Amino acid sequence: MDHSSIAIIIVGILLFLGCFLIFVASVGIVRFPDFYSRLHPAGKTDSMGQAMILVSLMIYEGFTLATIKLIIIVLFIFIVNPTATHALANAAHAGGVVPWRKGEKKR
Amino acid sequence: MSFILTSIVMFVFWMLISGETGVIFIISAIVASLFVSFISHDLLFPNKNTTLSLKRLLRLLKYSPWLVWQIVLANLDLIYRTLHPSLPIEPHMIEIETDLKSDTGITILANSITLTPGTVTVQARKDGSFLVHAIAHGPANGLLKGTMQAKIKAIEGDEA
Repeated sequence: MDHSSIAIIIVGILLFLGCFLIFVASVGIVRFPDFYSRLHPAGKTDSMGQAMILVSLMIYEGFTLATIKLIIIVLFIFIVNPTATHALANAAHAGGVVPWRKGEKKR
Repeated sequence: MSFILTSIVMFVFWMLISGETGVIFIISAIVASLFVSFISHDLLFPNKNTTLSLKRLLRLLKYSPWLVWQIVLANLDLIYRTLHPSLPIEPHMIEIETDLKSDTGITILANSITLTPGTVTVQARKDGSFLVHAIAHGPANGLLKGTMQAKIKAIEGDEA
């Protein structure tokens, strides 16, 4: 396969953005003060970062069977990641984890 | 009806994943998809009314571009809040009431709340009420206004 340089540039930009989003998610998990607020970067930014990396792979691959598999994986992540986040939040709520309020110490 | 649809979906999925077109592969695909839909055809289309399920799927496709845009906004919002030196967050819990009745509608709304700016679903209840953890007051107001609830009510439709 030969790739036009424009496609390669787009692939590079998307890969960079995806890695950046996952980096931000990790920073958020460290910086945010309690369990519930840590779920925000873990649930949203991670799924977007993964989606961007996989979309860049789709563009690199062109229209093949691998691209269709990647599309299925992206859809799966967008269904499963929020569901898992919700399961974690619900378990924490049922277990009596009290949400952090502004002004308290970081946990 | 749900049996036939599930077998077709399973067969197409098998072919996409395997990519093999030999006779033995196609025969095993048919056998496997028929067997899977025999034991679990009521999971993919839980409604008796399969046309309603299909209609909802089409409406969901129409809804998804808006959802993708909301996800992009959510990520920009989170990047700002995470990398800002003073960490501008004000977490609080909010209760919202909706008039969604079907499992499909409640599931879509719960997942959409988690993916859209500043909110994570903590509890989704059968009666359509939700407990939501909001990261700050600004983004949570969008949820209280109820644009998303109205859009998902439109997906669910009036037919129960």
